[in-house]
Amino acid sequence: MVKMTYAEAAKLALAEEMRRDPLVWAIGEDLGRGGVFGQYLGLLNEFGPERISDAPISESAIMGASVGAAMAGTRPVVEMRFADFALCAVDELINQAAKARYMLGGQVKVPMVIREPMGMWRSSAAQHSQSLESWYTHIPGLVVAVPSTPADNRGLLKTAIRSDDPVVYLEHKNIWGYEGDVPEDETLIPFGKGRLEKEGDDITIVSWSAQMHIAANAATLLQAEGISAELIDLRTLWPWDRQMVFDSVEKTGRLLITHESVSVGGFGAEIAATVAEQLFSVLKSPITRCAAPRVPISYAPPLEAKIRVSSEQIVEAARKSVAVSAGFK
Amino acid sequence: MIQPLNQNIDKDWFLEHHIMMHRIRAFEETAARANQDKLVLGAIHLSIGQEAIASGVCKNLMKEDFLLSTHRGHGHTLAKGADPEAMMLELLGRRGGICKGKGGSMHIADASVGMLGANGVVAANINIATGAAHAIKLKRETNISCCIFGDGAINRGPFLEGLNWSGVFNLPVLFVCENNGFASTTRTDAMTSGEGAAARARSMGITAIEVDGNDIVSVDEITREYIANIRNGNGPHLISFNTYRLHGHTASDPASYRPAAEVEAAWKEDPIERCSELLSRLGISREILNEHRKIALEEMERVYKTAKEAPWPSDDNAFSDVQDLGDPREGAF
Ligand SMILES: Cc1ncc(C[n+]2csc(CCOP(=O)(O)OP(=O)(O)O)c2C)c(N)n1
Ligand SMILES: [Mg+2]
Repeated sequence: MVKMTYAEAAKLALAEEMRRDPLVWAIGEDLGRGGVFGQYLGLLNEFGPERISDAPISESAIMGASVGAAMAGTRPVVEMRFADFALCAVDELINQAAKARYMLGGQVKVPMVIREPMGMWRSSAAQHSQSLESWYTHIPGLVVAVPSTPADNRGLLKTAIRSDDPVVYLEHKNIWGYEGDVPEDETLIPFGKGRLEKEGDDITIVSWSAQMHIAANAATLLQAEGISAELIDLRTLWPWDRQMVFDSVEKTGRLLITHESVSVGGFGAEIAATVAEQLFSVLKSPITRCAAPRVPISYAPPLEAKIRVSSEQIVEAARKSVAVSAGFK
Repeated sequence: MIQPLNQNIDKDWFLEHHIMMHRIRAFEETAARANQDKLVLGAIHLSIGQEAIASGVCKNLMKEDFLLSTHRGHGHTLAKGADPEAMMLELLGRRGGICKGKGGSMHIADASVGMLGANGVVAANINIATGAAHAIKLKRETNISCCIFGDGAINRGPFLEGLNWSGVFNLPVLFVCENNGFASTTRTDAMTSGEGAAARARSMGITAIEVDGNDIVSVDEITREYIANIRNGNGPHLISFNTYRLHGHTASDPASYRPAAEVEAAWKEDPIERCSELLSRLGISREILNEHRKIALEEMERVYKTAKEAPWPSDDNAFSDVQDLGDPREGAF
């Protein structure tokens, strides 16, 4: 194992894939100087400006040209700078990238990775903080990845680059500097396989991306008061590891889902509905969601904090879930 | 408008154009009939009156060159070399359709001849074609990319973003604007500030020109010249072809928003008749020229008959070609 940050792990993955396959290239604004978060730092030296390419501030061309470049046989890694700016390229992603293979009856494929740094970070306010992962899960044709650790960021990005389909790859801005162990060998992480962050018996907590770390802290706090939580990091939302969630809920009988994005229409709702459909009879208490209120994200830290879902909120919700369980059936 | 006769014109080459233009016209007329017969289910956009652009441009492309087209893309696809039977099957949504019945008219494509797709979203193909050219450059290949779009498309963002991009990266791409005077039911002029596609392209440092798009000789010559420039590494070029959409926006649009006299005058500039006129002045008999139309109509009649008799695609097709995650009906997917 090697210690490295979430950003360094992604950089390593991209460099490894670019060395392996000359058709892989990265394109985005300010990549030459290392990307706005330093996640491309040093790559220009090794790969040159054609493969670590700056782009004009033309999000729809960055996305749309990459669709064409992917159809024409290369593997673009598209940097969107902030997930919020990818909204300037919605047609290119949703109507073109996601559907070209299907609409053309399988005549073309669109192997591209769309990196979208997302989430709340340093008082960035409503246009630089959003987590829109659930939108993408709604679109047939897209894969949606939401890594939370350096090891997963390396292993998933490599899988994404090798994928023949467009992958919306959402890295969380608040954990670029988060350090963790990364395997020495090239471990690829398949889509649709969750990670058991912590085993437990009393309640299943499902999370992803940076919120997973807040949930992990909640699980530790719960342990201290005698509630044993099992924590699952889904890692990819489409496909998502239903089996891991089902197995866990069958054991614990309780489910709590927590994500940083808005609760309404969030992916937690999909998980809750699926578990309710499949495992209603094993549930000992109602399924709980801990996610953001449906308001834009504020600038001032105390206001921004109102949007965040804290470990304490998760602990409180988990306590309630465990408490009501007796009478629920 | 009668051109001065140029005896150096390669007759055989323009006979081939004449045949292709007739095939496109016959395909479109047959598609219009299929639409009246209620066998084409979605909207179709006919390119009647614009055949010289399709034939003139595509004949100068190699099979390896990429082509991206618009909602009005049947002619381009046929001229790039696609099989009209597979195209008609697609328009009718039948088994054997070139996109397996999943795309229809607005997504007609034949990747085997470099035709990477019509598009249902106006101007979306500009960035995609630019990106295909970007891939060519990265791979150090010698083919080019060609993008055909309408005069309405130049008012969408991708026109600015894609053209700028193609200039910044000096890409091998030919932009072709079909300036047919209309964007749906609105006159394009009324909604366009400034001088149009070619002027806008020039303002971004892209070589551009306006040309009579109903004159097959002009279309052919300028396309050949620009493609040679592009293949020589001189970056993106744009041609804005002036033409006229002789039918409605869709096959079911009577286009009653334009004066009959205007349409009548436009028919006098029919690119096929102009090509016939040229060839007959070069000594080709009217009989031979008329035969081209007859053969084309017979071909498309056969194609239509085959398509009408073909079964629907099997239901499984609804669930394939989504992504590499297995059958969407099973398990987690
Ligand atoms: C983004 C978008 N807006 C609107 C439409 C509806 N629409 C389809 S074709 C068309 C007119 C396009 O005009 P032009 O680009 O000149 O092409 P033409 O139809 O004349 O060939 C419109 C408005 C669309 N398909 N896509
Ligand atoms: Mg038009």
